[in-house]
Amino acid sequence: MKLFSTIKFRLGVDKAFFGIICFFSFLTMIPLFVILWELFRKGYKQINLNFFTEVAPTSMDAMLARMGHESIPGGILNGLTGSLLIVAVAILIAIPIGIMVGIYLADNQKSKFSGIIRYLTDLIQGTPSIVIGIIAYAWCVKPLHSYSAFAGSVALAIMMLPLVIRSTEETLKMLPGTLKESGLALGASYTSVVLQILLPSAFGGLFTGILLAISRIMGETAPLMLTALGASIVNWDIMKPTSSIPLLIWEFYNDPNLVDLIWSSSLLLLLIILTLNLTAKSIASRWKIH
Amino acid sequence: MKDKIFKYLLFLAACLVLFLSAGMVYALISQSLSAFSHFGVTDFVTTADWDPREGEEKYGALSFIVGTLSTSLLALLFCIPFSFPVALFNGEYFKGKKIATVVSSIVDLLAGIPSIVFGLWGFYTLRPFIISLGLSEQGFGVLTASVVLAIMIIPYASSLSTEFISMVPNKLKEGAYSLGDTQLNVIANVSLPVAGSGIFASYILALGRALGETMAVTMLIGNTNDIPTKLTDTGNTMASIIANQFGEADGLKLSSLIAIGLLLFIITALINSFAKLVMQRILK
Repeated sequence: MKLFSTIKFRLGVDKAFFGIICFFSFLTMIPLFVILWELFRKGYKQINLNFFTEVAPTSMDAMLARMGHESIPGGILNGLTGSLLIVAVAILIAIPIGIMVGIYLADNQKSKFSGIIRYLTDLIQGTPSIVIGIIAYAWCVKPLHSYSAFAGSVALAIMMLPLVIRSTEETLKMLPGTLKESGLALGASYTSVVLQILLPSAFGGLFTGILLAISRIMGETAPLMLTALGASIVNWDIMKPTSSIPLLIWEFYNDPNLVDLIWSSSLLLLLIILTLNLTAKSIASRWKIH
Repeated sequence: MKDKIFKYLLFLAACLVLFLSAGMVYALISQSLSAFSHFGVTDFVTTADWDPREGEEKYGALSFIVGTLSTSLLALLFCIPFSFPVALFNGEYFKGKKIATVVSSIVDLLAGIPSIVFGLWGFYTLRPFIISLGLSEQGFGVLTASVVLAIMIIPYASSLSTEFISMVPNKLKEGAYSLGDTQLNVIANVSLPVAGSGIFASYILALGRALGETMAVTMLIGNTNDIPTKLTDTGNTMASIIANQFGEADGLKLSSLIAIGLLLFIITALINSFAKLVMQRILK
């Protein structure tokens, strides 16, 4: 009993606990580097010019190359262009609406209606991506009788929307109220106060939120499996099935002849996402309201 | 006049969120009606059959509900020993210090890794390890899936609980220190009791994340339609059965898959709303 209450013992336990916390915290950081290292180690060899300029090889071509002990021909051009198309259209849908809803919520902070909208925004954000895929399937694929890049964009736009709404609202709320008041006092209309004073002042925060939202939908696979489906050619028609980098990874993973390509494609996808992520974070840390 | 139109537009955009949510629920319900009316809602939820043979079609969601709940709860359990120390590290020991920013950004980056990449890593790195431990022959199963899931939800659990821990007022802690408490005593007697319900809510939110994860689980759980009874059993989750079979499904099977999607939607909505409720009560 006496031992446990001595100051030496208590400090010892305190130190030991601190050590355990540090140990496990550092342990938690390991998976990121293990995954990055594994992708890099297995994937860097496949990344060359062809990787960006040619479409994914057919299973047959890959098999012949493997039998001849050559490296697998082709690249992931159809995935790159598809991701670009699907994500770009998703951005076009989600950002204007998201910013407008964000402005509305920041302006009517206490109203009951805003509370409902906020709750629904959270609800949409918490919806599993595969369920959003089903919804986009029911909305676009089924009535139009065709898988399409557009359906994929709708799914990704639904996933993006809550993130854009939330970051717009949070950023606008952080702006000092005097900013808006001085604009109005100078005789500017509400519209010009919002468009010419508030949004430009909030640009850094908005941009960060948008980049983070893009980085989140960039790697989505499940909703696209039910909507964009995939394609073996470069397709710019938004009403036709289209591939994307994650869809190609899924395709490669399921085809024993193409499986060697998963590493390079995953490495590229991860590098794009981490770049977006880190850019967003560095903008966020530089952009502060004084 | 211009202002009126502008304000009206903003209001309309907000209404769009309302319509969007209603449209999402409507799409799910209308597409799953034929499955529910064919099997009955309670029967659909409480039977574990998944029999696509023509003429004898019989679909039930039970084994996938069990699969989803068991993998997610296990993942939650596995993630605690890592996310909790990270939260204490960033929110208590090194609160506001540079090293906390570094640790939290690195852990947050984990959230950026796509599900499918986690799946590949689990398939090619973790699965051989599980096989070499002799836990199961193929390495697929509930255990493998939940370990990867646990890593995926660490950032969600830790970042929110960090915030709640760092919100504990300094005055309370200083009072405890002045009475001769060590830092561990302060954490156990002040920080955790004060931040407790917030930490609880962050773990519930992390659970909500785990329930809906699709790709990584699909690649690791083994994709069999039976109820898993032990850790190394293979199975299917609600998300993974949809991902696996949606492409070639039609008619009653498609409707059943969408019905599973609706159930998954309801479960995650309930879990998330519960967490929100807990958090709102704290912040008030």
